[in-house]
Amino acid sequence: MAIELRQFHQTFFDESFEGLASMETALLRFEQHPQANRAEDREALHAIFRVVHSIKGGSGTFGFGWIADFSHLLESLLDDLRDGRRTLDRGLVGLLLRSVDSLRNLLEAARSNAPVDKTAVEEVTMALEDLRRHVPDKAAPAASPSTSTDAITHGWRIRFVPKPNLFRTGNDPLRILRELERIGEIKVHCEAGAMPTWRDLDPESCYLGWTIELTTNVTRAELDEVFAWVVDDAQVEIAPLEPSTAASAPDAHAGIKHTMVKLHGTSLRVSTHKVDTLMDVVGELVITQTMLQQTAARFTPAELPRLLTALTQLERNVRELQEGVMSIRLLPLGFLFSRLPRLVRDIGEQLGKRVELRLGGEQTELDKTVIERISDPILHMVRNSMDHGIESPAERRAAGKPEVGTIRIEAQQKGGNVIIELEDDGRGLDYEKIQARAVEQGLLPPNTRLPPEQLHELIFLPGMTTSDTVTDLSGRGVGLDVVRNNIRSIGGNVEVASELGKGARFTIRLPLTLAILDGLGVQVGDQTYILPLVSITESVRLGDEDLERLPDGTEVFALRKDYLPLVRLHDIFGVAPRVREVARGTVVIIEADNFHAGLLVDEILGQQQVVLKSLETHYRRIEGVAAATILGDGTVALILDAGGLIRLAHGRMTPATINAAAIPAGAVPLH
Amino acid sequence: MATILTADDTATMRQMISFTLSSAGHQVMQASDGTEALALARTRKFDLVIADINMPNMDGISLVKSLRELPDYKFTPILMLTTESQAEKRQEGRSAGATGWIVKPFNPEQLLTIVKKVLG
Repeated sequence: MAIELRQFHQTFFDESFEGLASMETALLRFEQHPQANRAEDREALHAIFRVVHSIKGGSGTFGFGWIADFSHLLESLLDDLRDGRRTLDRGLVGLLLRSVDSLRNLLEAARSNAPVDKTAVEEVTMALEDLRRHVPDKAAPAASPSTSTDAITHGWRIRFVPKPNLFRTGNDPLRILRELERIGEIKVHCEAGAMPTWRDLDPESCYLGWTIELTTNVTRAELDEVFAWVVDDAQVEIAPLEPSTAASAPDAHAGIKHTMVKLHGTSLRVSTHKVDTLMDVVGELVITQTMLQQTAARFTPAELPRLLTALTQLERNVRELQEGVMSIRLLPLGFLFSRLPRLVRDIGEQLGKRVELRLGGEQTELDKTVIERISDPILHMVRNSMDHGIESPAERRAAGKPEVGTIRIEAQQKGGNVIIELEDDGRGLDYEKIQARAVEQGLLPPNTRLPPEQLHELIFLPGMTTSDTVTDLSGRGVGLDVVRNNIRSIGGNVEVASELGKGARFTIRLPLTLAILDGLGVQVGDQTYILPLVSITESVRLGDEDLERLPDGTEVFALRKDYLPLVRLHDIFGVAPRVREVARGTVVIIEADNFHAGLLVDEILGQQQVVLKSLETHYRRIEGVAAATILGDGTVALILDAGGLIRLAHGRMTPATINAAAIPAGAVPLH
Repeated sequence: MATILTADDTATMRQMISFTLSSAGHQVMQASDGTEALALARTRKFDLVIADINMPNMDGISLVKSLRELPDYKFTPILMLTTESQAEKRQEGRSAGATGWIVKPFNPEQLLTIVKKVLG
């Protein structure tokens, strides 16, 4: 039977990368707490050994020779560590971490069928080999024992007398005889001389022996294979029947080749618990369907309560199904966080700074796509904190702070959002300097004084850097503006708070998923629009007398102490509204990036969950529109983007461009 | 066809073994360490146990020892997964009561041959 090995590749890669990540974590812990709990360390070492051992086993099976060789070398070194022939010091941890990198590169290359950075791997290989050579009490690997016994004969005469305890290992002489019969022709003579009397007979012991004449052309080595499992529990004598010498048989194992495949698409590892839950829900759905069918088949008005019950049940089933399917896409943030300790260590070494990383909320779950899209921004922010935030040990000492800086990253779920806080106890943001720099770079007109909350915004401006020197790590033009844009592109946001000399805190707010949105339906003319619930603060009724007109034509109204611009949605999208007077419509207050605006709509329809359909993939990007969705009655509705609308309201875009972008929603080809 | 228990902490290995044996018509149950395997072994009588040596919580050797203490597993074939370099482990396993071993890396055909050999 031919079994395709490729089908196991994905599991192998997933598992290997996961293993390497935990190996890395354990190594970093060793490094940080060298004198930690002995028993715990031993267990960690065993776990590391198992990771490498598994990679070696898998790569051997799948024919990834280089990975197998490398992991074999690494495994031998770990074996020395495990058996106490060598101690784990800082230098060795460094080498092991580099080995993790090498294995990752090799695996990545094998997975995508891409070339690998040979020099880096070879360097580590050489370092490992050097180390191995310097263990005095390690015996040289034993030579293969079956060198001179591979002569081919006519057959063999075998005497096989098992010890009484043979059965205790689950072995059975019958199996051996059957095996011999398979490889040649046998003549068997049974020796029953050792058989005790009935009274003394122990049915669990073996008393028989055999002499077998085997006519075959198998080699001695192959014959030894047959007895390999029982050779310690039996007397086995083998002599050639009619010896003759011939060339040894070619190695049967040579020539086995595996091909590598390029893997397309990404995969997801899902806990069986989640799948089981889904199965349960689907089961209930089937029951509900039957119930509905039966009710429909013999429907009379009297059956109405029954129909309603079934429909309620259907609604619950669908909601559970939706939650279940969504949860499959959710991954714990730990997947992302686990990369950070290594990053912090490496950067710390590079910068000569010592930083303790405190992680929290690793079990908080987020959509896989969100995690993928957020990972670069977060890595960038950590780099940023270490480079610009945390001071050098000397500076910290002078400032009366502990030499070791702290970066705290914590995640938590709040309603439909996940909040990630990234806080450092470094020098904080120097607003004076930032403002001066902004003026210098022409980002601000000279002599402007900005209120604190807008000063915060400055660090997110493109081209903004407060660093005096461009370092290797950051300050290369990829700034926080890119970070913010990336986060915004997935419907999240980032804000900063800071105190000079004490540190800075970045707060990232992310949607749980990108697929479904909690929205508020609003009506304008014959169109329905969806406003993301997260960007709505309140809705108010205004009178026409509340409106004032600025010289540039912008309409504003007072809300408590602020003046907010009024955005007439019908103007933006060019639809005929049912109401034009503010007093007859409703004004929804939206918020984005601390800016507010009021949206004039005909009426509010109510809260609903909508499935996002990208407008960009089906049409193109439109300012003020985040996506589209299909409503329950089959019509298409645009999902509005509060940030974009506010930008429109603040007049950063001329009405001409807006009108050019406006299209009747129903004309958008969506499916 | 036989009921086979396979214990390995590596999902790749478990999957491969399980898939190979299932496609040969056997019924396979998987355990990710010795403790889990032992617990499963108590629930029913397997015809064959295939266990990795290196596993967390309870390694393969201890699993063999514990299984041999159960009346149901006194004579059941137990195979260990070992690598070429683990000769001493193989001996240790044998003394613990293992029937034999399968040397990693192996391909599905080799596995089926060995399983066929012990199951008869």
